[in-house]
Amino acid sequence: MSDHESTYVPKTAFERWMDSRLPIIRFGADYMALPTPKNLNYWWTFGAILTFCLITQIVTGVVLAMHYVPHVDHAFGSVERIMRDVNGGDLIRYTHANGASMFFLAIYIHMMRGLYYGSYKAPREMIWMLGVVIFLLVMATAFLGYVLPWGQMSFHGAVVITNLIGSIPVIGESITTWLWGGFSVDNPTLNRFFSLHYLLPFVIFGVVVMHLWALHHAGQNNPVGILIPKERTAKDTVPFHPYYTVKDGFALLVFLILFATFVFFNPNALGHADNYIPANPLQTPAHIVPEWYLLPFYAILRAIPDKFGGVIAMFGSIGVLFILPWLDTSKVRSMRYRPTMKLFFLIFVAVALLLGWCGAQLPDAPVIPGLPSPVLFDGELNSYLWLTRLLTAYYFAFFLIIMPIVGLKETPLPVPASIAEPVLDHDESKA
Amino acid sequence: MTRSIVRILAGAGAALGLMAAAAPSLAASGGAEHPRDYSFSFEGPFGTFDRNQLQRGYRVYKEVCAACHGMNLLSFRNLGQPGGPFWDERWPNPNDNLYVKAIAAEFEIADIDSETGEAITRPGTPADRFPEPYPNATAAAAANGGAAPPDLSVMAKARHDGADYIASLLTGYRQAPAGLRMAPGQNYNIYMTGDMSPFWEGDPDHVPPGGFIAMPNPLQNGQVTYDDGTEATVDQMAQDVAAFIAWASDPRATSRKQTGLAVLIYLLGFTVLTWFSYKRIWRGVAH
Repeated sequence: MSDHESTYVPKTAFERWMDSRLPIIRFGADYMALPTPKNLNYWWTFGAILTFCLITQIVTGVVLAMHYVPHVDHAFGSVERIMRDVNGGDLIRYTHANGASMFFLAIYIHMMRGLYYGSYKAPREMIWMLGVVIFLLVMATAFLGYVLPWGQMSFHGAVVITNLIGSIPVIGESITTWLWGGFSVDNPTLNRFFSLHYLLPFVIFGVVVMHLWALHHAGQNNPVGILIPKERTAKDTVPFHPYYTVKDGFALLVFLILFATFVFFNPNALGHADNYIPANPLQTPAHIVPEWYLLPFYAILRAIPDKFGGVIAMFGSIGVLFILPWLDTSKVRSMRYRPTMKLFFLIFVAVALLLGWCGAQLPDAPVIPGLPSPVLFDGELNSYLWLTRLLTAYYFAFFLIIMPIVGLKETPLPVPASIAEPVLDHDESKA
Repeated sequence: MTRSIVRILAGAGAALGLMAAAAPSLAASGGAEHPRDYSFSFEGPFGTFDRNQLQRGYRVYKEVCAACHGMNLLSFRNLGQPGGPFWDERWPNPNDNLYVKAIAAEFEIADIDSETGEAITRPGTPADRFPEPYPNATAAAAANGGAAPPDLSVMAKARHDGADYIASLLTGYRQAPAGLRMAPGQNYNIYMTGDMSPFWEGDPDHVPPGGFIAMPNPLQNGQVTYDDGTEATVDQMAQDVAAFIAWASDPRATSRKQTGLAVLIYLLGFTVLTWFSYKRIWRGVAH
C-alpha cells in the first residue's frame, strides 16, 4: 500500500528546488496522503497515542536530566528539589513518572489489538517483531528509570533484578559484577543506569522508525483482516490526513484527560509509597514489588521454584511473542471471524490481568482466606503461588498449544471479500 | 462508533481497575488498624491547605518533633511561599517575608567566617535549610537506641494513607495488653505495621493489632500553646502536624490541582470540538 503513487506536486520554486535535492517535503506529503483502510476502529488509535507517549517521555526526560544528580547521596534529594524549586518541576516530574504508566497502558492495548486482529500475520511479521523489540526496550528503560530516584524500591528493585542475571550458570556472577560496576548496587550502578536510561529512548525511537517503515510498506491491517486488493484501494481506503489525524487526535485527547487526571490530582497513586523513603541498603522493605506494568512478568518469574528457571520463563514469556507469527496456523487474520479463538483470546486477556494481580500478592498468601487446602509440592493449593502457576501454564499454552491447534481445527466464519462489504451490511442493519 | 468508544472505555477501565487494585493490595502488611479518616481540608480535587492549621502544625513540629526529626528538604523560605503556612500577599518573594525572617533568625546555623574560614554560628536566613537535630546519622541512631528518627520532609508521601496515617499513629499509643511481651525501649501502637504474634502469649486467635514503635508517645494535652487560641489537645496537635507534613511533602499540591482543573476544562472543550470535526470530516464516508 505504501507503494502508492506519489501524488505530491511541488507548488513553489523552493519546493521544486528542494524536491530535486532532498525530497523531504514529498516524504511528509506522501505520509499524510497514505491510503489507510477506512474501517479502522478506536483500537487503532494507540499507535498515535504511543508516539505521543514516547515524545512526552523524551521531552520531559531531557528537562529532568538537566536538574537530576546521579549520585547516591544526592539523587533522592535532587528529584525532590526538581519538584520544589524548579519552575513547573512538579508537573515535569509527575508527567514523566505517570507517563511511564500511561505508556505501558497504551502498549498493552496496542499489543492486544495486534493479537486480536492478527496484525502479526504475513506480510506483517516484521512490524510485530520490531514491536516486541520496542516492548523489551521500553521495559528495560522503565526499569532503569525507576532506579534513578534512589528510593527504597529503586534500590532493592535494582538488587533483585540484577541478581536474576547472577542465576545464569557459570558466567552469571561475572556479568552481574560487570553490570554493577562493583560488588553491589552502588554509585557506579546508578551512574550507568542514568546513562543507559538517557540512551535507550533514542534507540527506541530508531526502532519505532523501522516499525513505521515496515508498517507503511506492508500496509495497515484492519478489523476485517483482509489485504485490500489494488483495484479496490480507491474504494476501501481514505487518505491518512485528515481522516485519521482527526480520529487519532480525538482518541489522544480522551487519553490525555485520563493522563492529566493522574498527574494533577493523584500523581502518586500508581507508585509505591516506599520509594519516597531514601534508599537504605541495610534495610530491606517488607515487600519488594515492581511497578504495576511489570507485575505479570514478575508473577511468572516467581511461579518457577528454580531461580534460573524463573528467569528463563520470564524472558520466555516475551520471547514467545517473537515466534508468534509462525505459531498461528490460521489462514484468517481477524478473530472477528474466529469464534473459538476469540474465546481463548478473552481468557488470555483475563489471565494476563490476573497474573498482574498475583504479582502484587505474597506467594504464600491464600487466594480464598480461611479455606483449608492440601499441600502440593512446595505450597498449599489455595495460595497465590499455585494460582500464578496455573495462569502461567495458560499463558504459555495459549501461544504454544492453543494457537497452532485451534488454527488447524477451527472452522472460521465466512470472511468478507472486501472491507466495504461488512460496512454496507452494518449500514443496512442500522437502517 | 459509540460501541467502539464504550469498548475503549471498558478496556481503559479494566486497566485502571488493575492499577487501583494493585496499589492497595501492597499495603496489606501486618495486622495494624486501618488509619482513621480525618477528612483533611486538602483532600480531594478541590481541597486546599488551611493556613491556620499549617501554622499550628509548624509550631508542633518545631516544639515537639524537631527535637529528633529533621526536615532536610525544607528551607525557611518555603514557609512563606504561596500556599505555605506563612504566605502573605505583601511579600511575593518569601525571602522578604518578615514572619519567615523572624522564624529563621530563631535558629543558630553552623557556617564559616567568610574572611577567616573559621567555624562560626550565625542567625538563620530564609535561604537556610531547616537545621538537622543531630550532627550525623550515626549520632542520631546512637541517641535513639540504634534507630535514627526518619526525616519528615516527604513523610506523607512515604506512607500509605499519608496524613491520615501520621495523625492516627500519633494518637495510636495504647497501654500494651496483658500477655504482650515488650522489648525495652519499645512502645505499643495500634496503627504501627508489624506482626504481634511472636510476642503474644494470649489467645492466638486474638493477636492484638498494631506493632512496636521506638518513638515514645510524643504528644500530651496542652504541650504547645497555639497563638490562635485553639485548644492543644493530642488529637488537635496530631492533625495539625500531619497537615503540616502533608504540605511539606508536596508544597505545590494545591496550585497543581488548580492548574489541573483549568487543564481538564480545556481538554474537555478541545475533545468536544475535535469530536465534531471528526464527525464532519467523516460525514459521507461509510465506515
